[in-house]
Amino acid sequence: MNGGLFLLFMGLFYAGVIWSFVTYGDYLPPSASLHGEAVDQLMNFNLLIITAVFFLVNTLLFWFAAKYYHRKDRKAKFFAHDNRLELVWTVIPSIVLAVIIAYGLKTWNDMTGEASDDAIRIELYSKQFDWTARYPGADGEFGLSNFNLITAENPLGLVTSAGVDAMLVQLDSTIAAAESELAHEKGHLLDERKAVVEELHGGAHGDHGADHALSAERKALLETRLKELDAMLASDRVVVLSDAAYEAKEEKLDNLLRHRQRVAEIKSFRYEGGQSAWEAGFDDQIVKGEFHLPVGKEVEFVFRSRDVIHSAYMPHFRAQMNTVPGVPTRFKFTPTITTDSMRTILDNPEFDYVLLCNKVCGAAHFNMQMKVIVESEADYQVWLAGQQTFIPKDEPAADTTAAPVDTAAATAPAAPTAARKPARSNSPKITASL
Amino acid sequence: MGAHAHHHEESFVSKYVFSQDHKMISKQFLVTAIVMGIVAVMLSVFFRLQLGWPGQSFAVLETFLGKWAPGGVLDRNAYLALVTIHGTIMVFFVLTGGLSGTFSNLLIPLQIGARDMASGFLNMLSYWFFFFSSVIMLFSLFVEGGAASGGWTVYPPLSALPQAMPGSGMGMTLWLISMVLFVVSSLLGGLNYIVTIINLRTKGMKMTRLPLTIWAFFVTAILGVLSFPVLVSAVVLLLMDRSMGTAFYLSDIHIGGEALDVTGGSPILYQHLFWFLGHPEVYIVLLPALGISSEVIATNARKPIFGYKAMIGSILGIGFLSFIVWGHHMFVTGMNPFIGSVFVFTTLLIAIPSAVKAFNYLTTLWKGNIRFTPAMLFSVGLVSTFVTGGLTGIILADSALDVNVHDTYFVVAHFHIVMGMSAIFGMLAGIYHWFPKMFGRMMNTKLGFAHFWITLVSGYGVFFPMHFVGIAGAPRRYYDYSEFPFLDAVMDLQPLISTFAIIGAVGQVFFLFNFFHSIFRGQMAVENPWGSNTLEWTTPVQHVHGNWPGALPEVHRWAYDYSNPAHEADFVPQTVAALPGEHIH
Repeated sequence: MNGGLFLLFMGLFYAGVIWSFVTYGDYLPPSASLHGEAVDQLMNFNLLIITAVFFLVNTLLFWFAAKYYHRKDRKAKFFAHDNRLELVWTVIPSIVLAVIIAYGLKTWNDMTGEASDDAIRIELYSKQFDWTARYPGADGEFGLSNFNLITAENPLGLVTSAGVDAMLVQLDSTIAAAESELAHEKGHLLDERKAVVEELHGGAHGDHGADHALSAERKALLETRLKELDAMLASDRVVVLSDAAYEAKEEKLDNLLRHRQRVAEIKSFRYEGGQSAWEAGFDDQIVKGEFHLPVGKEVEFVFRSRDVIHSAYMPHFRAQMNTVPGVPTRFKFTPTITTDSMRTILDNPEFDYVLLCNKVCGAAHFNMQMKVIVESEADYQVWLAGQQTFIPKDEPAADTTAAPVDTAAATAPAAPTAARKPARSNSPKITASL
Repeated sequence: MGAHAHHHEESFVSKYVFSQDHKMISKQFLVTAIVMGIVAVMLSVFFRLQLGWPGQSFAVLETFLGKWAPGGVLDRNAYLALVTIHGTIMVFFVLTGGLSGTFSNLLIPLQIGARDMASGFLNMLSYWFFFFSSVIMLFSLFVEGGAASGGWTVYPPLSALPQAMPGSGMGMTLWLISMVLFVVSSLLGGLNYIVTIINLRTKGMKMTRLPLTIWAFFVTAILGVLSFPVLVSAVVLLLMDRSMGTAFYLSDIHIGGEALDVTGGSPILYQHLFWFLGHPEVYIVLLPALGISSEVIATNARKPIFGYKAMIGSILGIGFLSFIVWGHHMFVTGMNPFIGSVFVFTTLLIAIPSAVKAFNYLTTLWKGNIRFTPAMLFSVGLVSTFVTGGLTGIILADSALDVNVHDTYFVVAHFHIVMGMSAIFGMLAGIYHWFPKMFGRMMNTKLGFAHFWITLVSGYGVFFPMHFVGIAGAPRRYYDYSEFPFLDAVMDLQPLISTFAIIGAVGQVFFLFNFFHSIFRGQMAVENPWGSNTLEWTTPVQHVHGNWPGALPEVHRWAYDYSNPAHEADFVPQTVAALPGEHIH
């Protein structure tokens, strides 16, 4: 019975496999990128081989299972080994795999090489749970960024002199507020007051001997402090905190002080390219919701992440790369089909390319997406020109004067950087620290 | 137990609880693994309900999950917790602790002719570490914030930062502690297996006469002993990042409106450490299953396993290669493309010994005299799923192709067909085959047949369609796919997949009933019910301490003299001396 069932199962299984190949085999549209066409060919080649082996081995298995079903009058063939046969099925898979490896690695090398110098460079920045794209602006160079400078207005933490100063001011006030809060903790104030009072009166009562009499100077100091403490205790800023809460706030204050130190250090580092590396960010264009690509032009993406690992997955372009906090990654491709053409191909006017997150990153992981528009070079330029720069173009002077740079560079910020080859890395190269 | 039984208590405790007898420890591992398996299957049904019919209300969810499924709709964080704990339990507690713990313990002394393990005490400790590790893992489902939720690989920074998700709080700490205990269990067990196989083989049991089960357990134990300590390192460093302010895996992080005071670490370091265990782990799961099926197939096809030496060679080859392929899990982490190429090469090499194994199984069946016991059915199922699941590994090993299917349902399909079907089939085959040895009774064959056919059909029904869902670009670990219209068409398959998943889960009742009922009510077993050659079938049905009442058996031949033309019977136990003039293996 079970032998026959294996044949029945084989029939049903194959029917299901073929049905799903026919029905669902091509739900991912044709590749919209240049390297993706090669990837699809490689995929079809591999699928062909593994599907053939799948049918071959499963057929033999189920057929043997059915055919050599147990009979009492029969004895199995004693067939323990056959070196020639075993050599055959060691060598043939080896040859097939050699072809698969060679073909695969050729495709891999082609798609992972260096991007060309005139490639468009775009930074994709991830955080829970959205994406931000950054274009480098006219100078073709991304401004420096630093996670210590992230604020609601500066979501990527771009480094500018004004930004660093503003962050220091903001941190100073946060630190002052935190220090003041800790200073006004009622329990601690009362403890201190008690100690001051004891010292003042302890000397008078002579508990600690005659030689312990307070100097006039010390006495005045304590009396002043006592008045301060009474004033603080009477003020409405006094707070009551549990030990645990007090410690947590102390730790938070510690973190703020270290944050301030890290921000202060940004100023003292000397970056390759000097202060102009900071200015490179002035004209960076930061976009959300959707980003655009020109058709037929190579794009090199640089990926960064703010909080946890995400993965930038663009299935229609056969592209994926993890975004890793602290470790910039990159991936390049050349889009070949505009959004409009793909809509025509798929006969679906609603279709859009999309960037998904493909590394589990928290509760809203399943809806962390950004629309990708591929369009003609002309349309792309029009769109790009409409995107705001990080420092709005009509007020560049305000920031550049704040930056401690020489006036020649400040008046023509693009000139020195445009002459250079676009930097390959967007992370600061620290040549020396003063 | 009342006062009446009080004077028996000590013997009860030392016999059933703190036993140092390998046969009892094996049963303890098996029953614990079955309980863990039931939990893991239930978790998967819960999240398959959400995936099959997103947003619909199911009363059963609210009954079991309470505030995790308000109004019967699974919560988004709870979904991730279920996925994570399902994977963790299945990979570690069922397929590592359960599979090796049960069958290495049962079969190593019995099949090599030893009185017990080299150290019964370490063996007992191994089980109790496993037990407490299991308890902590289950307990983590009930703590505030829920269980660990970052996927079974628990990549930092997500798993390191409690502010990143609720599951990265207390649940994550318990996950890590549980895993450290688990590794201790695994190391104690593994060392014991290795020492026992090397030192305690009976007279005549040369390494080249060992049944393939023992070879598989041997290599598995070596893999575990070499790779699990690396997981402990990864886990301990993660614990320190979480609670001691270190930054092994963390750098440049701004979360919850705060720039964290951590710089200089790398999240990728964790992935290297994790997968240095993680990939050998795949074979720690699979090799014992392949060993079991080799034994079951040879016995029930009444034929020698074809290419015994090639089978040993391929086990060794797979074991060695499994240590130098971990990077194929990391092609899209930004690793140097050249390093990626090296991992492509080494990974695809594994296909060669795997192919040899598959063809050797086929040839073993060819012109056999196949007896379909439930164990044999599952072994044939194992060969089918091993091939089907292994082949898609070729796609995933090819870095250029992995880019587009990485972390999609294609991967889910691949490793579930290999681990969720093939390895589980091996485990089930082992249970049906050696149940008489463990409990002295037979399992019901008809229920076994029903169990097999339901499991095979629903298993393929669940996991085969997932290939297409993945190729269409659907990421794994998504709570809901409706935000992506381009996936709408292929999402038709989700209700079908969930339906098969429910059928498959319910089908396991055939097994559970059969298993527990047969322990007490099954037909009494005879000494050698399957006509097997190996030594365990020369021990008495009623267990005795020390396995053989008299002297240890002496081995005169290999384990696979089935249907040897020089003998009249279609099996020749290893204890049978050579006939005059017989050339013997």
